Amino acid sequence: MDKIVKMTALVAPMDRANVDTDAIIPKQFLKSIKRTGFGPNLFDEWRYEDVGQPDSDNSNRPLRKDFVLNQPRYQGAKILLARENFGCGSSREHAPWALKDYGFDVVIAPSFADIFFNNCFKNGIMPLVLEESVVDSLFQEVFAQEGYQLTVDLETQQIVTPSGKVIPFEIDAFRRHCLLNGLDDIALTLAHQEDIKAYEAKRKLEAPWLFTHA
Amino acid sequence: MSAKTLYDKLWDAHLVREEEDGTALIYIDRQLLHEVTSPQAFEGLRLAGRKPWRTDTNLATPDHNVPTTDLTGGVASIKDPVSRIQVETLGMNAREFGITEFAMGDIRQGIVHVVGPEEGATLPGMTVVCGDSHTATHGALGALAHGIGTSEVEHVLATQCLIQKKMKNMLIRVDGQLQKGVTPKDVVLAIIGKIGTAGGNGHAIEFGGQVFRDMSIEGRLTVCNMAIEAGARVGLVAVDEKTVEYVQGRPYAPKGDEWDMAVTAWMDLKSDDGAHFDKVVELDGSKIEPQVSWGTSPEMVSDVNGIVPDPARESDAVKAAGIQRALDYMGLQANTPIKNIPAEFVFIGSCTNSRIEDFRAAAQVLKGRKIADSVELALAVPGSGLVKQQAEAEGLDKIFMDAGFEWRNPGCSMCLAMNADKLPAGKHCASTSNRNFEGRQGAGGRTHLVSPEMAAAAAVAGHFVDVRDYL
Repeated sequence: MDKIVKMTALVAPMDRANVDTDAIIPKQFLKSIKRTGFGPNLFDEWRYEDVGQPDSDNSNRPLRKDFVLNQPRYQGAKILLARENFGCGSSREHAPWALKDYGFDVVIAPSFADIFFNNCFKNGIMPLVLEESVVDSLFQEVFAQEGYQLTVDLETQQIVTPSGKVIPFEIDAFRRHCLLNGLDDIALTLAHQEDIKAYEAKRKLEAPWLFTHA
Repeated sequence: MSAKTLYDKLWDAHLVREEEDGTALIYIDRQLLHEVTSPQAFEGLRLAGRKPWRTDTNLATPDHNVPTTDLTGGVASIKDPVSRIQVETLGMNAREFGITEFAMGDIRQGIVHVVGPEEGATLPGMTVVCGDSHTATHGALGALAHGIGTSEVEHVLATQCLIQKKMKNMLIRVDGQLQKGVTPKDVVLAIIGKIGTAGGNGHAIEFGGQVFRDMSIEGRLTVCNMAIEAGARVGLVAVDEKTVEYVQGRPYAPKGDEWDMAVTAWMDLKSDDGAHFDKVVELDGSKIEPQVSWGTSPEMVSDVNGIVPDPARESDAVKAAGIQRALDYMGLQANTPIKNIPAEFVFIGSCTNSRIEDFRAAAQVLKGRKIADSVELALAVPGSGLVKQQAEAEGLDKIFMDAGFEWRNPGCSMCLAMNADKLPAGKHCASTSNRNFEGRQGAGGRTHLVSPEMAAAAAVAGHFVDVRDYL
């Protein structure tokens, strides 16, 4: 996994609450057996006039001009500013895959759905939770100023606005460590395999049916 | 020793290790696999040269892409080549890694969340995971069940553990007695209407109180299934005699001495008196009415005798914009009576409501009646081959077909329309599924979440009605 340390990037606003993972990546694209290539279909139903299929040539499809990510001023955005409960619904990891593939490295929201939040970290996306009032003011600034960029620094746990305002953020220490170092969860867990074996030995005595009938 | 909640007990029993910051490894007893969220996980194992930690804890079945029409050709009967590859890939991965699969054509094949409990493959006291958010379903048996992402599927395959931080405890207590015609689905929709789709974020929800004690296991499965629609990854109901009776004799359930030992252990799977919950929500069960969702989020729900809300009366600007957007998408006017909304399509199925009791209940409404001429398609899709077989043995298929329903083969079907069963744009559907998101049942489709009884009554009337007038 790529390391994330510090970045300065354009911000795109997704001004609606409860954005679900069906909206982030519709079901027909879940038929892929790969982890990549979902970016062109991110927010597919909101982004295009027609209904996309896995084999569609996305470069020829009619765009919905009013959709935020189709507006010229937000091209190249790497930070998505969102509303509460972002990523609710299905557990599909295709949602963070699509966001990452499109180019987003950071999503900022007042709250996230639990499974989506977790899935982000596994894919080098930083989901950052900020107070609702802070998110509100960021929305106002993004709308007001074309080319609005934020600097996100994972090491110092700070966001810096173009006017120099510093917004600190909280992030789970373990998750931060993994993102900063691009660590693989499985390798980390397998380093504790003696603990797993010890647990199994103890558990076999307490609940043998979990081992004989499984 | 201090009093513990059911979630505390399940967590403690599966804790392998815990870091100082609370990051923990918990041991997983059962992983269910389906074709959509597993191929990348198996590919990850292959690329890293890793093997599953244990193969016998995994159970696979295809469900999302499976056609519900003719299955006689097995996998070859899937016409969409992309869907077919995904189902074939599950089969190849199961064979390569030595994992049991209930493939297409096997009578046990079906929706993972119907198959697990039905086979006794998910048991009280287990930790259960699946790359599917509706894994919360299995909590109805007193199991700690998490929906996970594909990276976590790979992690569980490779290590038998899940990296987790302990969630907070939330109790939703519903006391009183449900009115006739009010179902587990109405209870859970009413709960989501009250606490919202983010109400349970960060929490494991335990459903307690008389309503859940009185409820059948299948009803509890329906309720826990939709914990995720209230924002909670985990839904739970305490184990009681009904749970034990439900599990006994199922193919994967323990036998002999181990059965007795298991039952003794399971009877402790309830929250202790005085256990601490971080959040408690109470509802009066006797006041819950049949529910119908009107919008594009499961929290956008109303009593059947209510009206579609008016954004002009919502003071919160983000919420008002959300209501307006939902009304635009649903093609509804504010203040319209729910009963005036047409039901052009009807879908009875999904991991929420495709068990035998669901079909029995809907059949009671449909018996001797016909669906309205205005209904374009009414689908009945059992959750597994065994549910279908049971329903047919009881003659329920005849009742559905005589009423004008199509009686289909098992799968996820029109809940999320990954197979050929799609809700056309602009059409309203009375659906027993769990999500009414934009495009969920088909691009542009308009979903209204209801109970099986309410869906059946809507099919007969051609619009939403109070099922109590049909009982």
